[in-house]
Order: sequence, then C-alpha cells, then structure tokens
Amino acid sequence: MTQTVTPVAVPARATARWRLLARKPTFLIGAAILSLWIVCAIFGESIAGYSPLSQSLLAANTGPSAAHWFGTDQLGRDVLARVITGSRDILVITPLATLLGTLCGTVLGLAMGYFGGALDLIASRIVEAVLALPSVIVAFLFIVALGPSTVSLIIVIGFIFTPLIARTVRAAVLAERDLDYLPAARLLGAGAWSVMLVEILPNVLPAILVEFSVRLGYAIFTVATLSFLGFGIQPPTPDWGADIAANYGVLAAGYWWETLFPALAIASLIVAVNLITDSMEQVMSS
Amino acid sequence: MAAFLLRRFGLMLLTLWLLSLIVFFAGQVLPGDPGRAILGPLAAQSAVHSLDVQLGVDRPLLTRYFSWLGGIFHGDLGLSYSFRSAVAPLVWPALFNSLKLAALAFVVVVPLGIGGGVLAALRAGRLTDRVISVTGLTLATVPEFVSGIVIIVLFAVTWKVLPVTAAAGPGASAGAQFHHLILPAIPLIFVLFGYFARMARAGTIDALAADYTRTAVLKGLPRRTVLLRHVLRNSLLPTITVIATQTGYLIGGLVVVETLFNYQGIGLLIFNAAKSKDFPMLMAGVLTVGVVYSVATLGADLLLIALSPRLRASAIGDTGTGPKGGGAA
Repeated sequence: MTQTVTPVAVPARATARWRLLARKPTFLIGAAILSLWIVCAIFGESIAGYSPLSQSLLAANTGPSAAHWFGTDQLGRDVLARVITGSRDILVITPLATLLGTLCGTVLGLAMGYFGGALDLIASRIVEAVLALPSVIVAFLFIVALGPSTVSLIIVIGFIFTPLIARTVRAAVLAERDLDYLPAARLLGAGAWSVMLVEILPNVLPAILVEFSVRLGYAIFTVATLSFLGFGIQPPTPDWGADIAANYGVLAAGYWWETLFPALAIASLIVAVNLITDSMEQVMSS
Repeated sequence: MAAFLLRRFGLMLLTLWLLSLIVFFAGQVLPGDPGRAILGPLAAQSAVHSLDVQLGVDRPLLTRYFSWLGGIFHGDLGLSYSFRSAVAPLVWPALFNSLKLAALAFVVVVPLGIGGGVLAALRAGRLTDRVISVTGLTLATVPEFVSGIVIIVLFAVTWKVLPVTAAAGPGASAGAQFHHLILPAIPLIFVLFGYFARMARAGTIDALAADYTRTAVLKGLPRRTVLLRHVLRNSLLPTITVIATQTGYLIGGLVVVETLFNYQGIGLLIFNAAKSKDFPMLMAGVLTVGVVYSVATLGADLLLIALSPRLRASAIGDTGTGPKGGGAA
C-alpha cells in the first residue's frame, strides 16, 4: 500500500475548512432549512397531525384555519400534511441521483484527466453530446422509455449528471497531473488506478464536494419540474411539483393556498441548497 | 483559420452523430416493442405484430438506425405514432414558434442581465450590488412553473391585462402575437437574468482589477472611456459563451412554459409526444433541440474568436475548440 506524500497536510486543511464553514451565517441558515426538511421527511405524519392521503370531500378547498393551517385541497386533504410529507421522495431521490452521478462522473473524470489521449477525446465528445441537451429533455426521453418510477428517476438523473461532473473532475485532475507528487508515487511502484484514487482523489475532493452541492440544487429543480409535468413522482404520493400541477387549475377560483405552499416549499429547499453551495465555494476557494 | 473552422465544424458533426446514437438508443432500444406500447397489454399478439410491421419496427435495429439517420438527411424525421403522419411538417412550425418566444425573452434579458451585472460590479459590496445579486440568485432558483403560475394569477386572472394563453390564433397580426407572448416570456427572463447578471458581474470585477485597467486610469483617460473601451470589451466576452450555453437551458424551460401557456412550440411538441409515447416525434424534437444548441455554441465560439484578438491568435495556432462556459442546463 502506497502512502500519500502529504499525509498530514490534507486532513488538517480539511478540518480548518469545516471550522470556517461552520462560522458562515449563509451556511448555517441553509443547513437549518435543509435540516428542517430532513426532519419533515423522516417523521412526516407524526408531525403533520393529519394523514396526507385521507380525503374529506365535505371539507374540500377550505382556506387556512386553526384546524388546517395551510387549508385543504380539492379532495379535502390537509395541505400542511402534504407539504410536510412531500419532502420525503424528493429528499430520497435527489441525493441518491446526485451521488450516483458524482461516483460515475468522478471515475470517468479521473480516467479522462489522467490517461488523456484517445479515451479523453472520445469521452469528451460523448460529454458534449449529452451537454447539447437540456437536462429536462434528456430526462423526458429516458423516463418515457423506462417508465416513471423512483428508481428510473435516480438512474436517469444520475446518468445526466455523470458527464457534467466528469468535466469538472477532469479539469481538476489536469491541474494536478503535472505536479511532482505523481511521478514520486509512480516511482514507488503505484499503479494507474492507485495513483488516481490514493494520490489525486484526495486533492480534487473539495472540487467534487462543491460540484455535488451544485448538482443537488439542479436535481431538486429537475425532479420538481418533472413531477409538475407528470413524469416524476406519481400521485397520490404527496409531492410538491405534482401537487402544484394537480391544483393550479383552481387557482383562478381563489384557492391560492393549494399551490402557494408547495411552491414555497420547493423554493425554500432550492434556496437552502444554494446557500450551502455558495458558502462551500467561498471556503474552498479561500 | 480555415483549419480551425474545419476542425471545430468536424467536432460539431461528431457530437451530433453521438447525439443521434443516444436519442436512437433511448427512443428505439429502451422502450421494447412499440406496437405493444401503443396498443396496451391486452391487445392480441397478431395486432401488435401487424402494427410493428406497419411502423417498420420489426426490422433489425441497425437497419432501423441507418434508415432513420438517412431519412434525417432528406428532411424525413419518420412517422408519428399518434398522428400516423410525417413528423417533419409538425416540427418546423413548432420550432419557429419557439424561436419567436425565445427571441422575445433574449431581446429583453440580454441587455437587462448585462446592464444589471455591470452595475452591480461597479457598485460591488454596496446596497445596489446586494439587491441585484440576491434578486438574480432568487429568481434563477425558482422553477418556471412556480413563477409562471404567479404571473398568470396576477396579470391574467386578477388584473386581466394580458391573455392567459400564448396562442394568438391563426392569422393573427404581429402585434397580437407579441401581446400574447409577453406573459410566457417573463418566467424565462426571470431565470436567465440571474445567470447573465452573475457572469457579467464576475467578468466586470475581473476586468476592473486587471493591470490594463489600472494603466488606462493612470494614463489619465476619462472614466467613461476606461469603462467602455477597456473594461466592458473584456468583461463581456465570457458572457457571450454563457448566453450561448443557456440556449440549451432555455429550450428545457420552454417545455414547462409552453405547456403552462398552451403555446404550440417545440417544448409542447416534446411534452405531448412524451405523454402519448410517440417516440419518433419525441426523438425528432429532442434531436432538433440538440442541433439548435450545437449551432448556437458554434456561433458563440466564432463570435468570441472574432471579438478577441488573443483567442484569434490561438485559434490560428489551432490549440483547441475555443473556450467553454459552464453549461447550467
């Protein structure tokens, strides 16, 4: 097993970064909002007080009141309960999809940056080809082909993110490739993958973390949009995008709460992830 | 220069060919039997088979791929499953409609985003900067269907000043068409404003800190001249790339906006094809989007080279495919 050339410096720098991050107000606000939604996703019904699925047609379209803080929807379901439990699927799908894309993208990006040559040329063309399409449209094509389900959403979004993340990792690897510690590791007898994973990976990890956070924001945007269009999370499962699609027809009749609250939920989650990303970028580049 | 152009064009063709493979794989290999998909699980096998023969999907995959690809070069995009007619005559008017909507959004958002970004950079760290940056970030993160719904409620339902649908009806005058396109353009403008302003701000801040700007100031040029001739000329170059890469995003956004406002563009065409599992239509729509994006980025690269002497020199030296911006699609 080859030891890293700078075994002490890396962890020390990482701890200092975390301490810096924990002092940033933007990071703390973002983390607080995100934690709130994670708590909602885990404890769902027990916080909500109502089942998100139980209908009460006599109490349909009632405005916010003491009994139903966010009012009820067209089927008399409690909007607050649906907003709280609506965080569940999106908070399972988006991190898993982003993680899948990050893992595949990191391996591909490491190989492209390290080996270069024909592999890099061919892989770069494939990356360009996928980039030539907006995420929502590629997702459409593949989800229609595979049929909408949680698993296909994770796979399709992971697949779309792979080239994007590979491009970032490749650029980070290119910056490392000519540094002295790589020939040193090779002289010690390390193989190509060992050099990539043991030597290069720890040094490009900050860039990968920031990229993960950026992509998580886009994943939420994409899943919400797909659900709104009917190709994401399927009713009656509570979901913000799908609930907006189901209820915006009655918006003109004045039933604004059925659409507004899920919309605010989406916006707050995306803003939270962006605040975290923004502070991470600042800390990593400092 | 000619060698660079040839290489850049060749790479674009290679990208488009790979794109056709991806689209064919998703549209023809993944879904399995199209006849079964259209007729449903209860249809008789003989009916499924005769439909497959009629659609030409009983042939081997390679034959189908090459006949599909060959057809594209003749402007033949295949037969729609749901309309039972040629796809191409439906795609062109839809693309033209989308370009009208996109053009309106661009005409408004490009000067607005660049102006906002430059203004924020000139007042970096002050209130104006904070307001522009935070507004831009917030607008860029709200999905179009959320802002679109708010806009419909305010302008079309509550105040009734603008029409709720984007379609002005057949034979409508240019003025009427414009009137119908104002509302759908707004969600697109919101999302793009944040990106453009952010890029323009970052570019301007870099240019303001550059040595050539300090030289220009120190040699006594008026502030106006420094800004127009030295700062802006350099700071806006990266913004051009961003604008081009955002065309891809823009078309993704069109799916939502056109569905919301019922506008007969390429986005609605793709959405309807996806709903009805009309794979030839879906493939044609997706491929068209890819071609539009590739042409837009090629155009941006050429424009960038024409405007920047440094890049022009390196392009003649033939070192690469030109700078690439971050595709936020």
